[in-house]
Amino acid sequence: MTRLALLLLLLIGQVALAMPVDTFKFKSEEQETIFHRLSNELRCLVCQNQAIADSNADLAKDLRNEIYKMLQQGKSEEQIIDFMVQRYGDFVLYNPPMKPLTWLLWFGPLIALLVGFMVVVRYIRNQRSLVVASELSTDDQQRLAALRSDLKQARSTSATSNNSEASG
Amino acid sequence: MAGEVPKKRTTLRRYMPLIIFASLVVLLAVGLSLNPRLVPSPLIGKEAPQFKLPLLNSGGTFSDADLRGHITLLNVWASWCYACRQEHENIKYLSRSGLRVIGFNYKDENADAKNYLRQLGDPYQAVVVDADGRVGIDWGVYGAPETFVIDPKGVIRDKRIGPVDADYINDELMPLIAKIRSEMS
Repeated sequence: MTRLALLLLLLIGQVALAMPVDTFKFKSEEQETIFHRLSNELRCLVCQNQAIADSNADLAKDLRNEIYKMLQQGKSEEQIIDFMVQRYGDFVLYNPPMKPLTWLLWFGPLIALLVGFMVVVRYIRNQRSLVVASELSTDDQQRLAALRSDLKQARSTSATSNNSEASG
Repeated sequence: MAGEVPKKRTTLRRYMPLIIFASLVVLLAVGLSLNPRLVPSPLIGKEAPQFKLPLLNSGGTFSDADLRGHITLLNVWASWCYACRQEHENIKYLSRSGLRVIGFNYKDENADAKNYLRQLGDPYQAVVVDADGRVGIDWGVYGAPETFVIDPKGVIRDKRIGPVDADYINDELMPLIAKIRSEMS
């Protein structure tokens, strides 16, 4: 157990160490925020499950430099994203754009949820009708009807004998 | 009559989980067999990006204009790239067979690059040097080896990510070159 904990601790340390350090100087705080937002939204193509902000890959470093340079030139966020998409495709975006090709991606989960909901509703409905319709034989149904009318009679007689409770 | 209809439904329903499971398996099998490293290039069908780079073996430069007029294979390589050694014989074969092959030396040291070609042979009509990888970004390069097929109009027709192997040459490259030739004539 202690070993496992130590191992985990070691791994966490590694992650913290692996964060790349750049020494960019920004003209304004706003520019710095844009830089960090962009480099967290863009995927590193070499190590695909990292954003280029987190990656130590050479290409990620180059792309961070490129973003920095473009920001210094006064390019807007959209212009920089366009620059990346033109070269590397939609794949560089962690937020895929909405277009016919990605409709299934965007709406698939919702469709799956709706279908699942419909299946559950139908299942419950059928279950109810099955209990009433098929599990009771005609004999049983007649007995049930007889019992119900007995119960009704019993209630109405008790109601007439005790008026104060009948209203409740 | 009323008793038969639900019975039919229940047999279908009994197989429903199996059908759903089977279709999921098919979906996942297709998904898992795709290689996530192969990112389709948005540059295919577009003109080669503008660039001007020095040549490795002479003082001259090479630009996108020099790509025009021939079917060109632009092979991105580096001396530090292991998979480039794997494909090197195939690149040599393509060059011997009369195809114009231009080397794109990506983020490399000139001395290392020259050494590499001396050891393994030089299949390239010219080698352009992209020492800092800046032009590589314009080409959407994200690793070596990568190989672009460029038609005589300067349009990028295909991009091979990873080593050029016999399957790629036979199944994709040769048919594509035949197609480009037929378009030109």
